[in-house]
Amino acid sequence: MNGFFDLPSDLQHSYFGLIGLHLREALLPVLAGLLLSLPVAQLCARFRWLYPPVLGVTTVLYAIPSLAFFVILIDYTGQSEMTVMIPLAVYSLVVLVPAIVDGVRSVPPETLAAAEAMGLGAVRRYLQVQLPIAVPAIIAGLRVATVSSISLVSVGMLIGNQGALGNMLNDANLYHRPELAVNSVVTTAVLAILVDAALVLTRNLLTPWMPKKGAAR
Amino acid sequence: MNVLDFAHSFFADPARWHGYDGVPTRLLEHVGYSLEALAIAALIALPVGLIAGHLRRGGNALSMVATAGRALPSFGLLVLLFIWFGFGTLPVMVPLVVLAVPPILVTTYEAIQTVDPSPVDAARGMGMTEPRILFQVELPVALPVILGGLRTAAVQIVSTATIAAYVSFGGLGRYIIDGLYQKDYEKVVGGATLVAGLALVTLVVFWALSKLTVSPGVRRSG
Repeated sequence: MNGFFDLPSDLQHSYFGLIGLHLREALLPVLAGLLLSLPVAQLCARFRWLYPPVLGVTTVLYAIPSLAFFVILIDYTGQSEMTVMIPLAVYSLVVLVPAIVDGVRSVPPETLAAAEAMGLGAVRRYLQVQLPIAVPAIIAGLRVATVSSISLVSVGMLIGNQGALGNMLNDANLYHRPELAVNSVVTTAVLAILVDAALVLTRNLLTPWMPKKGAAR
Repeated sequence: MNVLDFAHSFFADPARWHGYDGVPTRLLEHVGYSLEALAIAALIALPVGLIAGHLRRGGNALSMVATAGRALPSFGLLVLLFIWFGFGTLPVMVPLVVLAVPPILVTTYEAIQTVDPSPVDAARGMGMTEPRILFQVELPVALPVILGGLRTAAVQIVSTATIAAYVSFGGLGRYIIDGLYQKDYEKVVGGATLVAGLALVTLVVFWALSKLTVSPGVRRSG
């Protein structure tokens, strides 16, 4: 395990620099996906006829392999971080929209009626009643989206060293230093597990009324 | 030239349609890897999910296994196993199976576990054995959701199998990776179109499969 953290200079980053880069490339798209999917899901929950076509379009987008998606975007955004982040944002959208729609729909009608009777308008009812009740479903979606996003950033290596921690994989091959590949895989996996744990913690903090049982997601 | 022009000139070239680098060969290779990986993943995940779901326990352990499986980066795993074990099926199969096990495992468990308990109790009261309850009561009811998990896994395998080309394997990824290195954009777009098309075909196959196998009584909307 000699030289485990000695990174070749062509990576142009320290070990922690790569971690920061990786987190940025993985998490910003999920955030963008969340911000986009909240209004989309709200529209889908309100106008039921909208949901099947939206689901169809997103499923088709999800079917585009990440590598192909990256490569096609090079023509428009160059070999940049943007090229990696746009597909990841699209993939998170695909996971998040159904999660949020299911979550918002799972609010019992009696609860909504009670909120209305208490004089809550549509906006406050959405923000103060529907959204908090949907938190477990939304976080479940976020967990899947974030973890797969962290894993997929590595593929960005193939389009000209835009894969953050994944860039170590190419160097491992190039310089015959397998420990770099081990480092890349282990660090990526640990990052994913830590972010996942942070999301579980967030859910527990946001939903103090929920029983503390681990639902399989 | 835009993406559509590239795709058109790729598919219009008759040389693409035969030989060891022809579309039929690469397509067959891709389908072969994908089916093999899906079969292995299903053999591992389905029994575990079914049994744990029937016993209604082990959810926490399964969700931890699934999270760990998702956390492992497919591409990193591919390169690492390639460096360790060299050229072979193993470096390609392991990442694909690791990718496919979590969705199958979790949806199968959840689907069986959330089956309405009253028909299950009724079946038990009628004296059905546990395996018969699992296969004749719980499985048919849970089938749409289980097929959904298998579908997710299959689509992810099909689109991820492209990266096998990085370690000199065949499949449709060859066009994308070779095209990238040769700066042959036509090839890249052609390969991407083929993989996306194959993923769509996978969706259609699963849609047809669910029409054929799900009993009309349990078919749900959406």
